[in-house]
Amino acid sequence: MTLSPVVHVWSAILFVAALAVIGEVMIASGMRQLGDLDDIRALHGLGGTIGSVLTNARFVTGALCMALNFFSMLFALSIANLSLAGPAIAALTYIGNAIAAKFFLHEKVDRRRWLATICVVVGVILLAR
Amino acid sequence: MKHVLKPSQYAILLAIMLTASVGDSFLKRGMEQVGAVNMHHLGLLWHALFNPYVDIGILLLIGFFATYTTALSWADLTFVMPATAFGYVVIALMGRYWLHEHLSLSRWIGILLIVCAVGFVAGGPSRTEHPELDQMDAGAGR
Repeated sequence: MTLSPVVHVWSAILFVAALAVIGEVMIASGMRQLGDLDDIRALHGLGGTIGSVLTNARFVTGALCMALNFFSMLFALSIANLSLAGPAIAALTYIGNAIAAKFFLHEKVDRRRWLATICVVVGVILLAR
Repeated sequence: MKHVLKPSQYAILLAIMLTASVGDSFLKRGMEQVGAVNMHHLGLLWHALFNPYVDIGILLLIGFFATYTTALSWADLTFVMPATAFGYVVIALMGRYWLHEHLSLSRWIGILLIVCAVGFVAGGPSRTEHPELDQMDAGAGR
C-alpha cells in the first residue's frame, strides 16, 4: 500500500519535529546539569569545558537526536517545499519545546513565555506565506 | 536570579540568531543542487557532504550548535527559543533590504510578532531557579 503524498510529507515533518524536541530538551537538561560554561572554563580551561560537555550522557543523547534530526531534515526538505516544511517543523518544535520545558525541565513557563511561544508560532507561519 | 545578561551573553544570543538562519539558507541552496533524496537514493546524502553550499551550511550550523549549547548553560530553553526564531526575521529583512524583495503585509506582521516574542521573554528572568533539582543534578552529573 502506498501512502498518499500528504501523509508522507506530514509524517516526515512530525518525525523531524519530535526528534528536535527530544534533542533540545535532552541538551538543555544536560547543560543545566553542568552549569554555566563560563564558570567551568574559568576553572578547567576550554579543553576541560569541552570534555565535560562531551562526556555528559544527556548532552550526548540530545546531540545524537539532533544529528538524526539534521539528516531527517535533509530528507524532509527533499520531499516537501521549504515554505511548508520549514515553518511547520519550526512551529511544532516551538510548541513541543514549551510543553516539554514545563513538564520535563520544570521551567517556569509563565504567561509571558506562553505568549512569546504563540507569537513565535504565528509569526513563523506568517513569515513563510 | 540572573535578570541581567552580560555583553558576551548578548553576543551569544546574536550568534544564535544569525548562524541558524544563514546556515539553513546555504543548506537549502546546496540540496537544490544535489537533487531529491528518497529511500532509493539515500547515497545522495553522502554525495551532499561534498557540496560547498552544504559544507558552509554545516559549518554555520556547528557554530549555531556551539552557541546554542553555551546559552542553555545559563538560560532556560523557553528563554533561548525566541532568539532562534529571530533568525527568520533576519532572513526576511535581508531579502527586503539587500535583495530588494517585496515583503507582504502578513510577513511584516510575522516579523512584528517574533520581535514581540523576543521582547516578552527578554523582559523576564533568563533562568528558572530550582536549587534542589540543580543540587541533585550536580551530584549525578559531575
